Amino acid sequence: MAEVRLKDVLRGRVWKFGDDISTDLLAPGAYAVAPLEERKRHVLEAVRPEFPHQVRPGDVVVAGRNFGCGSSRETAPEGLRALGVACVVAESFARIFFRNAVALGLPVLPCPGASELFDDGDEAEVVVAEARVRNPRTGTELRGQPLPPVMVEILEAGGILERLRAWNAHRVQTKAGRG
Amino acid sequence: MGHTLAEAILRRAAGQQTVRAGQFVTCEVDFCLVHDIFAGTLFDTLEHLGVDRLWDPDRVAVVLDHFSPAPSAAVASLHRRIRQGVERFGIRHFFDTGQGICHQLLVERRLVRPGMLVVGTDSHSTTYGAVAAAGTGIGTSEMAYAVTTGTLWFQVPPTVRCELFGRLRPPASWKDLILHLLGRYGAEFVQYRALEFSGEAVSYVDLAGRMSVANMAVEAGAKFCFFPPDAVTRRFYGEDGATWPTPDPDAAYERTVSVDLSGLEPLVALPHRVDHVRPAREVQGVPVDQAFIGSCTNGRVEDLEEAARYLRGRRVHPRTRLLVAPASRAVYEEASRRGILADLVAAGAVVLPPGCGPCFGGHLGLLGDGERCVGTHNRNFQGRMGSPGAEIYLASPATVAASAVVGYITDPREVEVAVG
Ligand code: SF4
Repeated sequence: MAEVRLKDVLRGRVWKFGDDISTDLLAPGAYAVAPLEERKRHVLEAVRPEFPHQVRPGDVVVAGRNFGCGSSRETAPEGLRALGVACVVAESFARIFFRNAVALGLPVLPCPGASELFDDGDEAEVVVAEARVRNPRTGTELRGQPLPPVMVEILEAGGILERLRAWNAHRVQTKAGRG
Repeated sequence: MGHTLAEAILRRAAGQQTVRAGQFVTCEVDFCLVHDIFAGTLFDTLEHLGVDRLWDPDRVAVVLDHFSPAPSAAVASLHRRIRQGVERFGIRHFFDTGQGICHQLLVERRLVRPGMLVVGTDSHSTTYGAVAAAGTGIGTSEMAYAVTTGTLWFQVPPTVRCELFGRLRPPASWKDLILHLLGRYGAEFVQYRALEFSGEAVSYVDLAGRMSVANMAVEAGAKFCFFPPDAVTRRFYGEDGATWPTPDPDAAYERTVSVDLSGLEPLVALPHRVDHVRPAREVQGVPVDQAFIGSCTNGRVEDLEEAARYLRGRRVHPRTRLLVAPASRAVYEEASRRGILADLVAAGAVVLPPGCGPCFGGHLGLLGDGERCVGTHNRNFQGRMGSPGAEIYLASPATVAASAVVGYITDPREVEVAVG
């Protein structure tokens, strides 16, 4: 998995979305068990049909309140990650999406006021570790809400599965050691 | 200072003397639920990481409910892989096709008990708060971590208390209580928080009603929703509940709201927002192509019985198709034994196998462009049941059944209830 560098300045084109972007929009139920290659072509297509086809690696999603509301489907952040989205900055996040994004290693940043900061298509500069969001065109900058340490650790490890891999390796090793 | 129920459960699960809202803790989980959309990925992930055994296979349930029975060869193969995974890891609590919806099964079979910390790969795991368990949804990667290590990190949530008083006046129902809370306080009412019910009227909420309310609490952002243990809980488990955790009288709540149940009336959540709630009488007359009675919110015997009161001896309106999906096989059998299913079928209902049915837009009754559905389920997000060009209205079983009779959304009080 690609290393997530939270201290780096992420620069990318902004794709703006409104409030209450649900997991049904991010990962439509009709493709629930389709392979990722197919699923990613339908991410947010109901609200912006061009998004899954035109989004480029490194782009930034900027959204309103309650981003990712709805189901526990991890396929929602997974689809964004598969499309190369570098970070999601939203006014607020729904709880499960927030956890899932971090568990997968997709940087997320709650930042009230972020919607106002950008027009669609602007460039965004984001430093997740400092919860800093900036619009170089207007020169305005906002401070979001810093992620709690446990989430930072998981993101920096590249996701919770990397932690699990280490945990399991340790278990196997101690078992082998005992035997 | 005392503990809320969320704090009391997380304190025990974290092995700490005390915990407070806002604190980060690592907890031992008591039970894990995985359903068919994610079980295949879960087993693949475990295999990929070289995990050869679970922390406790007897504290994991796997349910084939979302795509049940398999609607395609691809899903049939997925189900086959899941059965192999279940076998490989020695999971006893496996519910194959047609047994019912995960949340219904875990309560019905009493696998979930008061005071437990339960995680599920399904957001409606908040349903377990109906029996005073801390249930919450997580994703597949976190589930891989939880079923292997038996632990997971949590932030202790602040708790909002909701006091109930007064008496519900039918046809207003417990579904209308949660719709009311969504309409009044919005879809972020209890975001990252626990919602704990109390008040003099809480003892009147039956188990089915508690499950409907706790189920939909996640639509208000809830991490947990609780009906603290009481006589209803004790009756269900047939135990005195002496060891079950309860909230302390001096617990600290972030906020307290109250609801006068006697003021509730039949409500409807309009597309595409769960908190866009209006009285059914104000939505009166909107034509519907499909009516759906079922889901983990309202697919229980009580719900089917309520629907039958409107449909018995009548016919569904020719413009409307009515789909009914019992929440579990036990519900199906009881509704069948009591003649409820026969009445629904006689009225023109299509009875689906126990399971999620069309609720999440996977199969069995999807909506086309421009179509409108009124259902008893829990989400009306755009694209939830098929075409993004379709509209979903959410309501109680009474409102949905009455609407199916007249072919448009109606306040059930407009449709006389059949006698007998
Ligand atoms: S009935 Fe609907 S909400 Fe409930 S678990 Fe199934 S798909 Fe999810």
